[in-house]
Amino acid sequence: MSTVEDRPTTATTGSPREGERRWIGRSVARKEDPKLLAGRATYVGDVTLPGMLHGAVLGSPHAHARIVSVDTSAAEAIPGVKAVLTGAQAAELVNPMPAFCAEPVPQTAVAIERVRYPGEAVAIVAATDRYIAEDACAAIRVEYEVLPAVVDPEAAMAPDAARIHETLDSNVAFHRVLDFGDVEGDLARAHTIVRTRARWHRMCASPMETAGAVASWNPFDKSMTVYSNSNFHNFLPWAFAGMLGVSTNRMRMIPCAVGGSFGSKHFITKVLAIAGALTKATGKPVQYMEDRVDNIAANDNVGCDRIYDAELALAEDGEMLGLTLKIVDDYGAYFQFAHGQHGNAMAQPTGPYRIGSLRYDVSCVLTNKVQQGFFRGAGADPGNFVLERLVDKASEVMGIDRAEIRRRNFIPPEQFPFKTPPGNVYDSGNYAAVLDRALELAGIDDWRAEQERLRAEGRYLGIGLATCQERTGYNASEWWFLYDNPPLPATSTPESVKLDVDAMGGVRVEVGCPLWGNSPETVVSQVVAEEFGIDPADVSVTYADSTTGAMSAGPGGSRLTIMLSGATRGAARTIRDKMIRIAAHAMEMDPADVECVDGTFRAKGAPGTSMSMADIGMRAQLFFHSTPEDESSGLVAVHTYDHPYSTPPSDDRKDMGAFYPMVSHACHIPIVEVDVETGVVTMRAYYAVNDCGTVMNPTLVEGQIVGGIVQGIGAALMEEYRYGEDGALDTPTFREYLMPSMHEVPEIVVEHLETPSPFTEYGVKGAGEGGRLVAPTAIASAIDDALKPLGTWVDELPMTPERIMNLIDGAGAGS
Amino acid sequence: MPDKVRVQLTVNDTPHDLLVEPRTLLADLLRGELELTGTHVGCEQGVCGACTVLVDGTATRSCLVFAAQLDGAAVRTVESLAGADGTLHPLQQAFHENHGLQCGFCTPGMLMGACELLERTAAPEPDDVREALGGNLCRCTGYQNIVKSVCAAGVAMTAEKNGAQA
Repeated sequence: MSTVEDRPTTATTGSPREGERRWIGRSVARKEDPKLLAGRATYVGDVTLPGMLHGAVLGSPHAHARIVSVDTSAAEAIPGVKAVLTGAQAAELVNPMPAFCAEPVPQTAVAIERVRYPGEAVAIVAATDRYIAEDACAAIRVEYEVLPAVVDPEAAMAPDAARIHETLDSNVAFHRVLDFGDVEGDLARAHTIVRTRARWHRMCASPMETAGAVASWNPFDKSMTVYSNSNFHNFLPWAFAGMLGVSTNRMRMIPCAVGGSFGSKHFITKVLAIAGALTKATGKPVQYMEDRVDNIAANDNVGCDRIYDAELALAEDGEMLGLTLKIVDDYGAYFQFAHGQHGNAMAQPTGPYRIGSLRYDVSCVLTNKVQQGFFRGAGADPGNFVLERLVDKASEVMGIDRAEIRRRNFIPPEQFPFKTPPGNVYDSGNYAAVLDRALELAGIDDWRAEQERLRAEGRYLGIGLATCQERTGYNASEWWFLYDNPPLPATSTPESVKLDVDAMGGVRVEVGCPLWGNSPETVVSQVVAEEFGIDPADVSVTYADSTTGAMSAGPGGSRLTIMLSGATRGAARTIRDKMIRIAAHAMEMDPADVECVDGTFRAKGAPGTSMSMADIGMRAQLFFHSTPEDESSGLVAVHTYDHPYSTPPSDDRKDMGAFYPMVSHACHIPIVEVDVETGVVTMRAYYAVNDCGTVMNPTLVEGQIVGGIVQGIGAALMEEYRYGEDGALDTPTFREYLMPSMHEVPEIVVEHLETPSPFTEYGVKGAGEGGRLVAPTAIASAIDDALKPLGTWVDELPMTPERIMNLIDGAGAGS
Repeated sequence: MPDKVRVQLTVNDTPHDLLVEPRTLLADLLRGELELTGTHVGCEQGVCGACTVLVDGTATRSCLVFAAQLDGAAVRTVESLAGADGTLHPLQQAFHENHGLQCGFCTPGMLMGACELLERTAAPEPDDVREALGGNLCRCTGYQNIVKSVCAAGVAMTAEKNGAQA
């Protein structure tokens, strides 16, 4: 079993001290911007190849049905249509989609014999343009035998419920109960136990750009080139090749600029398989872009859909002792990612608190809905919601101020690194300082006065509070450690860059990750600039395709800045050291006496003798006889940065190991006003204090946090997949699936405290998901504070106007 | 397929004389035949605003307009803003300086909507921006910096204009 003592402690050896840094920590202008602003970035929808065809999908109108027959003859007769494939025909060209689950839940990109959710593909078409392809879809005749739809996840668990998959004994695809610490003992000795039955509904990532791919099969050498907005082109390209029936060494995946993902575009196996089957059928390149209806119905970009029965046990003084979570999670019709969202949640179920024990009882249930994928928060989002609601309830029940009860239970700074009950380790933090600063920033006293004033007018202002963790930088063990016998117990999440200095001293970096809406070019440039003392504007950054051998798990789990800064610094140090050796040789000095300052290599303390980057670059490229004997020509380094601190789970799963140990923290204080006549919640103001370790680029980090908070406003107030009793999706477009616009967003004020991570280069932690991980529960708390005089309690999100009115009516009826 | 329709229009000051299918949407004409892929399509139903372009100076959802409706019209897209030498338009520059974009997919629509606003209101206040761009969705930024960018552009462009006149 691992212990915290095994942790690395010297990751930042050689790091310039904070005051000495020139580029890390500065709001360097974003390098990615100009091409995006000019409309000149190439998204996958912008890719055109000679002879390219366009794909379209016919989706099932039913949630659950047997496919009796598919007649494609009329579609095939339309001029311009080049291929129409049923599920069975597509299956002759491409293989089932790869899955991380151990259970036998096979899934093909196009359904065969049976559809299991509304919008599931029944047939696919390639035609000379998208209009014709959609005409063809409309001309396909499908006869269905409609089956009973399983919509309610708890009803789905009944032994006699209609079965989603005959290969399983039950719709409960996975169930496990894990106890960490003395759960029963803590419940027994508790003075107070607060309970909640909480509901977190399914919502979707909804990036503005849908998922898509351009696949081009070469039938002569059996190779395939795929442009896409997947993130795993340099992580799991072999899995895609396997699905597409291409040998791994003849598959080339090219990344495109990505119009947002928020976790939804890691795998996108459906669009890859659809484009792949169509290019194989036609021998022509085929572009398949989901339209918005395809994306909402079938992208697998929905997040968690959970019912919690949760309890928090406390001692008389408000000390939190134990937490139990009984979770029913509606996974939809397939199980491609297994229970990865619960592995993720296991990183921080007990939050920032010294809770000694945890019971985690999870049931993953299958229903006739599109399957769960990943969406910013990735399973930890409802966890934060439920825990903070319990803490607020304890504060209420025990009469302890909500800030005070948190302060009493925070892990104190001197206890880091801290091992949590399930085993994950938190690296560092100062939670009380974050809370104190947030209360100050928000000007709580003024808002309390305003609240009082408005209440006298019959208006309901509320002040929310939440103090939450953001686990950042995942290791792959979270995908599988809930299994005793995982099918793929992977432990790698690498990130790599190739850095070279050319003959004129120009620095180029090729990254393995794609441009997913974040800022890899800027981060890499800042790190190179820091290490060489040059201007980040002078660094050129490009993106590697899958044939370069670049290893990259890419953006996800708030890892990219941590991992890219590690990879880039490693490569930069390798090259800088080589340049020092070459310069020392040329200047007839000991390498130990040469330093790199402002892009110049010079004698320490004697700046008169020096060589430029170009001097050394040219020497390394062309003057082999003028370099040290054991040096090869050129200045190229590939550096792969692996997870900085991970340990395996124990065999008995009493300890899941350290797998998400860079832990950021935030306190959010939203101010809301609730209209008790209409149920509308208006955001009045928003304050957030965040600690994500060393802040790489304040402007860009703030952008991530504000964007995440606004997605959190959506989660708290409006975003939800709604289904009819027959399983029909009632929110199939942006007219029904509502997301925040400019009108729903208040002024958001963000501040940072910096507690560097001892595990990473420069002390950075991740910050990509924090906004959405905290905002929903903070807003729930604000709604409760507003409606306190009415005695309501928010245990369900989103709090739509209808639900607010039901709450108010229910509280009125109960009083 | 119905007969094609002749349409004469200018796009970013370039005249085009085209035969289009009656059902071809402006967004698809721009992105397809005219190879102006800076205009993005997000929802194809007029909700998200990513495809916004200017038609005779009016911000217009190019996914809701048929190309065949535009005989004689002047269309302006995001490609018209930056100079051939890479100089950003002051509006683009303001988005750059105020971190008004992340993934960039909604950005062309935001920019073109803002162009119309700035034509009408030289130095808009935040509420003016929210009024004008409230129908454009962005999933990355949380909007705050978009509002800031447009306001900053108004200030910069007004100063530039006054400077030029002085």
